[in-house]
Amino acid sequence: MKAGIVVFPGTNRERDMAQALRLTSGVAPQMIWHRETSLPSLDLVVLPGGFSHGDYLRSGAMAAHSPIMAEVRRFAERGGYVLGVCNGFQILTEAHLLPGALLRNAGMRFLSQDCHLKVERDGLAFTRRWTSGAVFRAPMAHGDGNYTASEDTLDRLEGEGRVVFRYATADGAVLPQDRTCNPNGSARAIAGIASENGRVCGLMPHPENLVDPAIGGTDGAPLFTGLIEALAA
Amino acid sequence: MKVRVTVMLKEGVLDPQGKAIGHALGTLGFAELGEVRCGKVIDLDVPANDAGAAVTQGEAMARALLANDVIEDFSVEALS
Repeated sequence: MKAGIVVFPGTNRERDMAQALRLTSGVAPQMIWHRETSLPSLDLVVLPGGFSHGDYLRSGAMAAHSPIMAEVRRFAERGGYVLGVCNGFQILTEAHLLPGALLRNAGMRFLSQDCHLKVERDGLAFTRRWTSGAVFRAPMAHGDGNYTASEDTLDRLEGEGRVVFRYATADGAVLPQDRTCNPNGSARAIAGIASENGRVCGLMPHPENLVDPAIGGTDGAPLFTGLIEALAA
Repeated sequence: MKVRVTVMLKEGVLDPQGKAIGHALGTLGFAELGEVRCGKVIDLDVPANDAGAAVTQGEAMARALLANDVIEDFSVEALS
């Protein structure tokens, strides 16, 4: 699998993402600076976490208009696979590649902690190693992770099976009003969503930070091993 | 020609910053304060000769970048 990671000024999780991809696929991804105006031949584009452009104006707003994003948009329109994590998810919403927006966390605080994610939609390249209802642990570290969209958009996402991950308790209960398991107050406890064709996926938590037993577990590894399988097929 | 773009969270969108400011004002003794909403003000010096054209440019910039229409409303006024 040929993966590329887009790096913006202020991105800081690109090495974690590269390590996760290298560990699971055996191939080092390419780093792509945001000023580039073309993408190399790739199977997967990743927008990693961080604070692109210092989160000026709104998280992801500046990066969404970087030169490389026109190419990422064309890549997605041709059916390419795009994964956005944390700031990458914010950038995907600001670029209108995914619907909705990420507001300041409901409790105002930056949250750096583990959370549990329930897989709501299996069978996507991103979730094929799980079955719907599976729960896994993932670290989160963000100030603007409170997912919101109009009620119509939320209903459409649910109806089309595009809610991919929800914040949940360790045993899989989804309690949107409970800040202990939906820490940032996201609408309907939504942590990750996908595009209509299921090939563009964004989520706030960091599965790439749990792929190595040496640093605390492999709960996030199925996302990457599934992607590698799907893109090799 | 200068224009001022004011960006506010839409009605009904949770505004935790506004809430926190309201809470702080309450502890300072400003009692019976209603809702507090927090937004952004962006001043632009645009290349236009009349207020109408300047406001039109400001609105285009607000739609393109300055406001996110999923969560925010904006207004544009000519300053000079």
